[in-house]
Amino acid sequence: MGSNMAECHPVAFRWPLKARTEHDAVLMHVDPRFTRTSAACDLHVPIRAGSDIAFLGAIINHVINSKRWNEDPFFREYVVNYTNAATLVNPEYKDTEELGGVFSGLAPNGKSYANASWSYQRNPAPPKGKAGLGPFSDLLLQQVPGRPKTDPTLEDPQCVFQIIKKHFARYTPDLVGRVCGCTPEQFLKVADTMLNNSGRDKTSNITYAVGWTQHTVGVQIIRAAAMLQALLGNIGRPGGGVLALRGHATIQGSTDIATLYHSLPAYLNMPDGRKNHETLKDFILTEGGPAATSYWGNYPKFAVSYFKAQYGAAATAENDYGYNYHPRITGDHSHMPMMLDMAAGKIKGFFVMGQNPAVGGQNARLQRKALAKLDWMVVRDYFETETAAFWRNSPEVISGELKPAEIKTEVFFLPAAAVAEMEGSFTNTQRLLQQHDKAADPPGDARSDSWFTYRLGKLLKEMYRDSPLDIDWGVKNLAWDYDPEAKEVAPWRIKDEPSAYRVLKEINGYTVADQKPLPTFANLKEDGSTACGAWIYTGVIPEEGKNNAARRKPDDWISPNWGFAWPANRHIMYNRASADREGKPWSEAKKLIYWDPAADSGTKDPAGNPVKGKWVAPSGEGIDFQPTKAPGFIGKDAALGFDWLSGNDAFIMRPDGKASLFVPAGLVDGPLPTHYEPYESPVKNPVYQQQVNPVAKVWQVNGNSYHAVADPKFPIVVSTYRVTEHHLSGTMSRWLPWLAELMPELFCEISPELAAEKGIKNAEYVTIQTARGEIQARALVTRRMKPFTIDGRKVHEIGIPWHWGWQGNAAGDVANDLSAMVGDPNVSIHEGKVFTCDIRAGRKGGRI
Amino acid sequence: MKLSRRKFLKVTSGVVGGGVAAELGLLGVNTAAAAAKAGKVPIKTGRQVPSICPYCAVGCGQIVTVSDAGEIVDIQGNPDSPISQGTLCPKGAATFQLVKNEQRWTTVKYRAPGSDRWEEKPLDWAMHRIAELTKKTRDAHFNEFQELPDGKDGTVKKRVMNTYALASLGGATMDNEWNYLHQKLMHGLGVVYLENQARI
Ligand code: SF4
Repeated sequence: MGSNMAECHPVAFRWPLKARTEHDAVLMHVDPRFTRTSAACDLHVPIRAGSDIAFLGAIINHVINSKRWNEDPFFREYVVNYTNAATLVNPEYKDTEELGGVFSGLAPNGKSYANASWSYQRNPAPPKGKAGLGPFSDLLLQQVPGRPKTDPTLEDPQCVFQIIKKHFARYTPDLVGRVCGCTPEQFLKVADTMLNNSGRDKTSNITYAVGWTQHTVGVQIIRAAAMLQALLGNIGRPGGGVLALRGHATIQGSTDIATLYHSLPAYLNMPDGRKNHETLKDFILTEGGPAATSYWGNYPKFAVSYFKAQYGAAATAENDYGYNYHPRITGDHSHMPMMLDMAAGKIKGFFVMGQNPAVGGQNARLQRKALAKLDWMVVRDYFETETAAFWRNSPEVISGELKPAEIKTEVFFLPAAAVAEMEGSFTNTQRLLQQHDKAADPPGDARSDSWFTYRLGKLLKEMYRDSPLDIDWGVKNLAWDYDPEAKEVAPWRIKDEPSAYRVLKEINGYTVADQKPLPTFANLKEDGSTACGAWIYTGVIPEEGKNNAARRKPDDWISPNWGFAWPANRHIMYNRASADREGKPWSEAKKLIYWDPAADSGTKDPAGNPVKGKWVAPSGEGIDFQPTKAPGFIGKDAALGFDWLSGNDAFIMRPDGKASLFVPAGLVDGPLPTHYEPYESPVKNPVYQQQVNPVAKVWQVNGNSYHAVADPKFPIVVSTYRVTEHHLSGTMSRWLPWLAELMPELFCEISPELAAEKGIKNAEYVTIQTARGEIQARALVTRRMKPFTIDGRKVHEIGIPWHWGWQGNAAGDVANDLSAMVGDPNVSIHEGKVFTCDIRAGRKGGRI
Repeated sequence: MKLSRRKFLKVTSGVVGGGVAAELGLLGVNTAAAAAKAGKVPIKTGRQVPSICPYCAVGCGQIVTVSDAGEIVDIQGNPDSPISQGTLCPKGAATFQLVKNEQRWTTVKYRAPGSDRWEEKPLDWAMHRIAELTKKTRDAHFNEFQELPDGKDGTVKKRVMNTYALASLGGATMDNEWNYLHQKLMHGLGVVYLENQARI
């Protein structure tokens, strides 16, 4: 669901096809459009864009009320031991069922939630634990709350399981028919296939892509899938899980080593002026505290080691490791508000590297006009992107709305090196780091991205070298030495590329005293004796000179010696759940890791006798659990991290060690997924009185108008998407003659029914219009698109790929001129997968 | 159905261009002749350098072939890769044209404020100018403290150590090492408008 894998991740799609051919796997595609993925699946179920939660919620309802789920002891054992189904929730909690579609805690203005009523019921806090763990850990330990209360019979009306049961009770096959537009029979086929192919001997997988993220309820759609998989016992087991198909070579890496406003590397939160983050201690207690009973109990070590990597020798215990000089965020500084602030003239200088917001950004017209407000902009790319050329020939310049002579933006274009022309690593969608070697120097003045940032940093550090000011301390003391060794650059013309190895070694972490790489994150310290850029990558450089990302020994299953999967070469996260409560594999067919009571643990008891028992994985898979913790181990109450977690707490990154069917804290839009309509929708919400996600991010500003619910001017649903032959805004594809020729022109997929209504003929031009903009495209009239009947009304849906812009060998209108800036409240991702529009035959006025 | 599926797998596990062939295969076109021909295309020889496809996050393996003169002459699928087993989709298979492309710009271009044209500039000049602008912008718009909501309808002066005048937007086909260096420098400078493609 939410993915067109055959076209957008074609080589990965070989694997499900192989599973079908060789192992009789059943492939099902639930998607608004019939695509090549649908063609290769056993079943395609069309659902209206934006109705995924209704569909998934109904599967959950169907599963937990089914005979099989209630009678096969597997499901109950998995769910009681590995999820929070048994946990009791605060009696103050009120569900959407009671409050017309919203949860308890909604602020009077309806724009935000307070989550206190979503919390767990807990036993009294333990007596304060023994100190001596470390300066920050000792304080964290004082905050450890009492264990959550549970009812393993799952009968208490306040237990998570009963809450879920009530929450989804109205998500019936008939409701799916009304909301999603498929038949109840089609729905039941999918639900039963999932149910019947999950259990002790079988697992089912759900794969998604941006078809799920690009919604105002994106996080909750994925949550719904994760809940279903947890209820079906499909997490932490081979063949199970929820697989995100991400779209870029190292989009995973750029999330892990975040160049994202809200995050420090390795999922530490960014210091935030709005929170209690005054000192490093405040930061650690605020951010590490709530999760201290999970592996996040090591937050002090991760945080201190990050600051040590950032400021090197200048970071000391006395100056809070430089924490005071580190920037704080103060609001949402993500892509969309960034561009709006730019349009408002707040941002003066802009680095655009390998991105093309003039085409790829939502409401792209508004984003292009924002560029004209800058004092200066640096673009680094291979070709003259639309962003680089906005001042010269953008649609706004052609129309006269912007005049080059009046655009004051000073623009630099710096040519970039191609991947084959530099050394570095990518992290793919499976969290696998893979090294690419340098094959040749880049041509002319083209340089790697790392070269640019390294060189800029060197120049700036030189400029700030003698500054006595506090505000310059951070840049002045930035640890910035990645000069290559002579042998690294000996074969090359360009001698001042930074050493990719030295950078990766710092990411991996090392001991400050002897600069030796750390083999595992278990070696990190909170006393400043270790430096580590991103703890989750520790182990990629386990010893000096060895780079696990460059391992290239494949095998025919997990391939543990191919690249490096973070964390610690664990390919399947939470794989403790691949064994039962006692540590035995659930079945021979689904064996992955298990407890071997006879194996030598390598440790000794206080009397000096060898201790027996450890977790083993014949495949070489990394064990995502404490390696010698017995399945029956009972966690200590006054403890942090692994010491608190018990032998069946498989979900080691969760504060209660359990998969969160219900999320007591961490989401801003509710503890459970709920069907809301997309922000722009042709129909009223058939499920609740509440129309849209009440806390969705909206920006009511000039040039970003929204369409009303069931707006008669914009009655048609539109999705934007990608094709196999192009990449994103087209910078890496529309300039390549081969790809430009394969997919030369922008088109719009239209059902024959809609074409007939609007007098549109196949291959002729159509104009698509929203309150934001207007574009033209060739009509592709196809039975792959079908109108839906939603709540008794006919709803048309069209599809437009968004790869085109006015530059390059294959030029076309910018599909994102149509979309609006509106976003998911948790992660600020836009809703490009569903908004409304109108369409008419013929080209757009005034332009040939 | 079974037979055509098997044929599909065979075609896709062959040489580069598998994706296109696969789609044709799915549409019922007989690609056997094309596949057989593709198999006979002589593979260019030279030093072979392992690489990774620069496009999507599947992470298919590539082999970059370099001539004796040090030129990249070919980019193909890496048969050793357990992810892709030598196959590439149309984008991956076209990577060579991304590297060797007449339209690729290899010098610095500069557009002065209000100008209607690009000018060519030396790299070193551009780097110094960019560094100067960065410093100037940062120094003119740096916030050591800011009044922020105190959660009780009032405000409180908080240390923020940031600048809202600089912004950075990166792609997501750029090395982990770059991401690390760039977040480090941006955090060193106090930049908080720091974003990349992953948000999209
Ligand atoms: S070859 Fe295609 S599927 Fe493989 S990584 Fe490249 S773009 Fe993705």
